[in-house]
Amino acid sequence: MGEHSMLSKLLRSERGSLVFLAILFVIGVGMPLANLLLPASSALHPSTYTLGLVGKYMTYALLAISIDLIWGYCGILSLGHTAFFALGGYAMGMYLMRQIGSRGVYGDPILPDFMVFLSWEKLPWYWHGFDMFWFAALMVLVVPGALAFVFGWLAFRSRVAGVYFSIISQALTYALLLAFFRNEMGFGGNNGLTDFKEILGYDLQARSTRIGLFVVSAIALGLGYVLCRWIVTSRFGRIIAAIRDSEGRTRFIGYRVEHYKLWLFVISGMLAGVAGALYVPQVGIINPGEFAPLNAIEAVVWVAVGGRGTLYGAVVGAVLVNYAKTYFTVAWPEAWLYALGTLFVVVTLFLPKGIVGILQRFRRSES
Amino acid sequence: MAYPAVRHRTGWYSLWLLSLLCLLITGGAQAHTTPDEPVVMADDTAVMMDPLQQRREQLASLATGSFADKRRQVNSLQQQSWPGVRAVLAGMLAGALFHDDDDPANVYVLREQDGVLIRINPLDGSEVEIASPQGLKEVRTNNQLRRALRGAVARFDMADESPAVRKAAIAELRRDLDSDAVALMRERLPLEEHSGVRNELEVALALHDLDSTEAATRLAALDVLSGELANDVYNRVQRLLATDADGLPVEPDGRVRAQAQRAIDRIEQRRSIFGGLETLFFGLSFGSVLVLAAIGLAITFGVMGVINMAHGELIMLGAYTSYVMQLLLPDHIGLAIVLAVPAAFLVSGLMGILIERGVVRFLYGRPLETLLATFGISLLLQQLVRSIFSPLNRTVQAPEWMSGLWRINDVFAITWNRFYIIIFMLLVFALLWLVLNRTSLGLKVRAVSQNRAMARAMGVRSDRVDALTFGLGSGVAGIAGVALSLLTNVGPNLGQAYIIDSFMVVVFGGVGNLWGTLVGGMTLGVANKFLEPHVGAVMAKILMLVFIILFIQRRKQGLFPQKGRAGEDH
Repeated sequence: MGEHSMLSKLLRSERGSLVFLAILFVIGVGMPLANLLLPASSALHPSTYTLGLVGKYMTYALLAISIDLIWGYCGILSLGHTAFFALGGYAMGMYLMRQIGSRGVYGDPILPDFMVFLSWEKLPWYWHGFDMFWFAALMVLVVPGALAFVFGWLAFRSRVAGVYFSIISQALTYALLLAFFRNEMGFGGNNGLTDFKEILGYDLQARSTRIGLFVVSAIALGLGYVLCRWIVTSRFGRIIAAIRDSEGRTRFIGYRVEHYKLWLFVISGMLAGVAGALYVPQVGIINPGEFAPLNAIEAVVWVAVGGRGTLYGAVVGAVLVNYAKTYFTVAWPEAWLYALGTLFVVVTLFLPKGIVGILQRFRRSES
Repeated sequence: MAYPAVRHRTGWYSLWLLSLLCLLITGGAQAHTTPDEPVVMADDTAVMMDPLQQRREQLASLATGSFADKRRQVNSLQQQSWPGVRAVLAGMLAGALFHDDDDPANVYVLREQDGVLIRINPLDGSEVEIASPQGLKEVRTNNQLRRALRGAVARFDMADESPAVRKAAIAELRRDLDSDAVALMRERLPLEEHSGVRNELEVALALHDLDSTEAATRLAALDVLSGELANDVYNRVQRLLATDADGLPVEPDGRVRAQAQRAIDRIEQRRSIFGGLETLFFGLSFGSVLVLAAIGLAITFGVMGVINMAHGELIMLGAYTSYVMQLLLPDHIGLAIVLAVPAAFLVSGLMGILIERGVVRFLYGRPLETLLATFGISLLLQQLVRSIFSPLNRTVQAPEWMSGLWRINDVFAITWNRFYIIIFMLLVFALLWLVLNRTSLGLKVRAVSQNRAMARAMGVRSDRVDALTFGLGSGVAGIAGVALSLLTNVGPNLGQAYIIDSFMVVVFGGVGNLWGTLVGGMTLGVANKFLEPHVGAVMAKILMLVFIILFIQRRKQGLFPQKGRAGEDH
């Protein structure tokens, strides 16, 4: 009994999850192997660029799962989830910044370039400790988690729900966007943090490091998925679903609804933070633009497209929409916003359950 | 059973009435044409040949005589009163007095207007356009002469009919108080009847008296200057309190120093009051912008409960409408703006109806889906204007009557465009209030928002009312866009800049309540402007956002909660 049986119970309950984890395993192992072993001329050889792209998609997918966890299963629509994503990213960015050391343009062993440029004398207190990876990794979880806790505690305690919650969560990420644009904040202002050199002593440009990040992203996505799956199938998850379907009744039965919502929100915020932390070393930059409310809504649409309320649907949506974005912005840039806008409208009007919903209907009509 | 049809027609009628009212009210504020420059008529030349001949000779001497001759002529001319004489003296002072190379008796004043040189004959007032000042020679002056000219021109202006001209003349003299100027002002003081101009004269003379060697005179001058807001007075009085290099006070008399300190205190006190007033004015005008941007949302979100994320883009469409109107009427900038108000109401209103009929009505009761779908529409609209008008920012020119400012004193000035924004906001607000509370459309809107099923049972066609309400809110957003187009650049991102602020205002003020939106917007605007000097613009905005987030926790329903059943749904 124990661990093994729980996991198998978890997976047996839904075929989609099994399929998803199998595909993720194949990609997570197969793509790096193909990149390393197959000759570059082979049609099956994925370039390191492709590997980076897929790695980025996987961090987006993790963000989508974190949104689906609260929106799909608890009915909380956060339009500020990129705030947690970006804060996780900044925590990682600060670590990577400290790793540059004296290799920066100004060669200061302690201060990052932008601080030297602003002629700051010493490191601000909140930058201390970020030279250690374990500390930065802890902050990746703690900072978004703490923000989610404070914000969620305030909001759920006073029963701010529905669109009100959406709007103030958007205001939250907007306020952070404005704050991080300020040079005085000490996070590089407009330019953000970039020019990273290495992570844990490995060169960030090296192919091996990129493959390593890819594998770590795949593992994080898989673990995040299993964690969410475990949450939603547990007793806790059933109460969460009850809250989604009728908050008033759940409260009347005697559950402290706000506690359940709060913990779910904190876990979701931390998952988004992890996604951000894995995103930054792969794209090599983090700037205040990541806080933009537009990004947050876009991430919500990934989930809507894939099908909210099914975790693998969120992943499918994130990957598909981002693949379309990558394709359009290269092939036909001005059409991208048309496509995205139309997607919002079409999905909400005609596909309330997303792509997964179509598949389910298709399968049901077959059987 | 024709009853519902009739009601529906009145619905449309109200909407038309609103746009018509917009047209009428803004029409009243149309650009008034400035009258042409008064043409200086030649005075009875035929009868009085002699004086004209005499003036010609005087001008010739002024133009080509020795500096002593010129000085004599200036003294003589400033006593005369024929129409062109001030223009001659002012022109000479400005280096714009010329004479013909070959005939020094032909003296002209040159004026440049819109890149065209105009040659004016001061004797008969005739104006001729010329290509270049070729063949003309500038009348030369020296410092002494210019001082005399300055006094002469000021003498003319101080006797002018208009108090504003007299004030301007005093202000001009005050910049450099020499003994001639002081003598002239002392001469004018007993003659002056306008109290404002008298005050200006007294202040100018008191400024001069501060240099007096008599302590009593200086004390009396300080009495006059106490509480004066002008910058030069402040600086001059401040100098009385300074110490020289040895640490000794510049002003030897202790009583004068104490009096100067009192005057400075009083000035600073008044300055801070007027400074506060100016901040309040800025805050009210910024608040008006917020209210204008949010008021359409107060209808679609507040009354109908629809989250319209495309609201910002409806504002943007209004702003582009005023840009297009100016393109269509390039010669009538003011008229274009005035016409843009009803046009923007129609453009954004029709777009709103389209959005409601096409998308929103399928999503009633599903607010989160509505939010996403309308956000998609906002992306589509943004990209649409990018495709049509290019992604570059466009500027809408403010008409002349909207630019400039009313300088009340050196500390407090009211800029007209900010002032008009406040007035415009109040007008829009009043109109909207009337529509919602005094028309049958308004009655039906409120009925449907309070109890849809009951309203339907009473024969209200709720779907039409929905469309019209949404159109009304969207149209008002368009009107807000016209106002914003005069304040900022018109670009595809205009709407995004205001959407979050608009939601904040509506939520802060209390959903479903127009007064809440007004008070909420004004409060946020004023608070923002009072914070800005202390923490900076960006930080002020962040603090406001954080404040609202916390405020919503305490009072979920905003400043003015909705009463009754409608309030309980939220």
